[in-house]
Amino acid sequence: MEFFEFYRRERWPTIFCPGCGIGIVMNALYRALDELNVDLDKVVFVSGIGCTGRVPGYINADSLHTTHGRPLAYATGIKLANPDLDVVVISGDGDLGAIGGNHLIHAARRNVDMTVIAVTNFIYGLTGGQVSPTTPHKMLSTTTPYGNWEYPFSLALLVAASGANYVARWTTSHPYQLKNAIKEAFETPGFSFVEVLSQCPENFGRRNRIADPPTLMRWMRERTMPLKDVMEEVSSPLELVDLNITGRFAIGKFVRRKRKTHGQLLRGEEDSLESLRG
Amino acid sequence: MGSPIKPGRYFLSGNIASAEAAILAGCRFYAGYPITPSSDLMEHLARRFPQVGGILVQMEDEIGSIAAAIGAAWTGAKAMTATSGPGLSLMAENIGFAAMTETPLVIVDVMRGGPSTGQPTIASQGDVMQARWGSHGDYEIIALSPNSVQEYFDLTIKAFNLAEEYRVPVLVLSDAEIAHMVESIVVPEDVEVVYRETYPAGVRVPRPFEAKCDDCVPPFPVFGRGNKVHVTGLTHDERGYPDTVSPETHSRLVWRLVNKIRKNADRIADVEVLNPDADVLIVSYGIASRSVYAAVKAGRAGLFRPRVLWPFPERRFAEVVEGKKVAVVEMNTGQYFYEVERLALKHGAESVHLMPRLGGAHPKPREVVDFVGGLGGGA
Ligand SMILES: Cc1ncc(C[n+]2csc(CCOP(=O)(O)OP(=O)(O)O)c2C)c(N)n1
Ligand code: SF4
Ligand SMILES: [Mg+2]
Repeated sequence: MEFFEFYRRERWPTIFCPGCGIGIVMNALYRALDELNVDLDKVVFVSGIGCTGRVPGYINADSLHTTHGRPLAYATGIKLANPDLDVVVISGDGDLGAIGGNHLIHAARRNVDMTVIAVTNFIYGLTGGQVSPTTPHKMLSTTTPYGNWEYPFSLALLVAASGANYVARWTTSHPYQLKNAIKEAFETPGFSFVEVLSQCPENFGRRNRIADPPTLMRWMRERTMPLKDVMEEVSSPLELVDLNITGRFAIGKFVRRKRKTHGQLLRGEEDSLESLRG
Repeated sequence: MGSPIKPGRYFLSGNIASAEAAILAGCRFYAGYPITPSSDLMEHLARRFPQVGGILVQMEDEIGSIAAAIGAAWTGAKAMTATSGPGLSLMAENIGFAAMTETPLVIVDVMRGGPSTGQPTIASQGDVMQARWGSHGDYEIIALSPNSVQEYFDLTIKAFNLAEEYRVPVLVLSDAEIAHMVESIVVPEDVEVVYRETYPAGVRVPRPFEAKCDDCVPPFPVFGRGNKVHVTGLTHDERGYPDTVSPETHSRLVWRLVNKIRKNADRIADVEVLNPDADVLIVSYGIASRSVYAAVKAGRAGLFRPRVLWPFPERRFAEVVEGKKVAVVEMNTGQYFYEVERLALKHGAESVHLMPRLGGAHPKPREVVDFVGGLGGGA
């Protein structure tokens, strides 16, 4: 698929700031769907509100730019009403994790067959840099000008615990792994979730004095640890929560399981304990 | 596979009749969240949908319910949700989204006493203004008001037809009593069922939000057919692309969304008018209007009873209101009264009066007769 078969040429350039990580995520999505030879006419792209929420509007396919926090609920309706469509949701950490957190938990619990790309840039980008549920403890935002006094959480862990069939987490400085994760997510039946730690130089970087995009990418990358290394050190996966609180990020594939999808359950298919463990 | 309800006479409760009407109108997607006094409508569809090929999902809240229904509608489905006041409040933002994106959608609001959790099992007409103005910004919806189980059935079908024709959210404002009273109804032999005009499959539609005129409704691009439509709640141009700063684009879009309803108000209007020559004209609707017939039958008053509350049937009202003493009978503190008073005076009424009832207390037929008598309405 040519670049401008995937993108709406007439909408170029995008609204994203120079050096923003969302471009890298878009590119990984494009390459993943290209390598999978996906028929774009059968994919619907859905988003909520935020910088990330603008992505579907640039893709040459049916797309639904919904209300803040609600893309997963809209996407659930699309998938249920026409199971022949593939649904890809791309939205921000605030959209999916704060205002839309309940929909996130329940879409994962239902194991609705869709691919979700969460762009975690640790901040509310579009609205000018307010704290988000992923802002690391003590870091600066416009609404925590003395540092974030609350704890953040890991969307990847939350979604894995809620029942998704696939969860992975990478950063924008892992474009190759990211593309492969999106491919695997797209091909995995059920709820698939790829969290991408992404730089927002404009509203997260600048405020925390890491405004230079390459420096910000390095800052993220230095704080990542491969999940399998972390698992050797911890006694329980629950300790990963604390890891996130201290501003360290486990990356890699969190889960891939074979639970029946929402659609399969609707059609009366059932899991056995063996298949769940599978 | 079962079938929609067959023509004939039935003895049904309002919510069941409405659910059956939805199936008959072609609705095959329902997303909802339980709330008294609407839950039995969803429970009935949960039993019936698997028999007729419909899909029902209980979402995590009413925001998710209306969102899922809108998503389903974009795949071409006729979609519906039902709720009551607190749920309607949660749906408000996405009602605006449906209006902005011209999504056909039916919302049944079984009204109960508010504000807040209020009186969950008691009828009211307290959502009349929320239905009209609940979301932010300028937009128009259609709202219907049944006063019997038969009308609840008929107007649910009409709601789907209007939603398809005008690509707009349509509310059916019933209440705890219409929902649960059991009455005899007739399912007619021929029921008119409307389907939205769509674009052909396999054709890219470069300007999906372009309409033939500035108050027309464009055809609907169905997801998954290669029409490649971008749908956004942002102000968008005819291509569907965001254009959030131009006064022209915003005005052109919002005026079309508003005028496609306002300018067709006469076509949409559905009013019962009785005794139009009486000195006193009662305006009443829904459950409250059941108590008004005594005064009307006694010849003491005329009746103007809109089955379509919004858009307000102004032309029909203007035809009968001149020189009249107008009495509004409704079960709230006087919500429809605001609009009735404004338009009655505009069209030459002598005076406008309100008989409000709260807390589930009905206007009793005798009280209405006395109220009308107090205004000089005599037999
Ligand atoms: C109901 C509602 N509340 C608030 C907003 C304002 N708002 C728009 S985007 C946004 C947060 C965006 O942050 P995120 O989801 O992380 O996306 P990003 O811009 O960082 O990609 C907020 C609060 C809104 N549009 N709607
Ligand atoms: S504000 Fe941040 S997230 Fe938004 S476009 Fe700019 S850099 Fe990217
Ligand atoms: Mg963000």
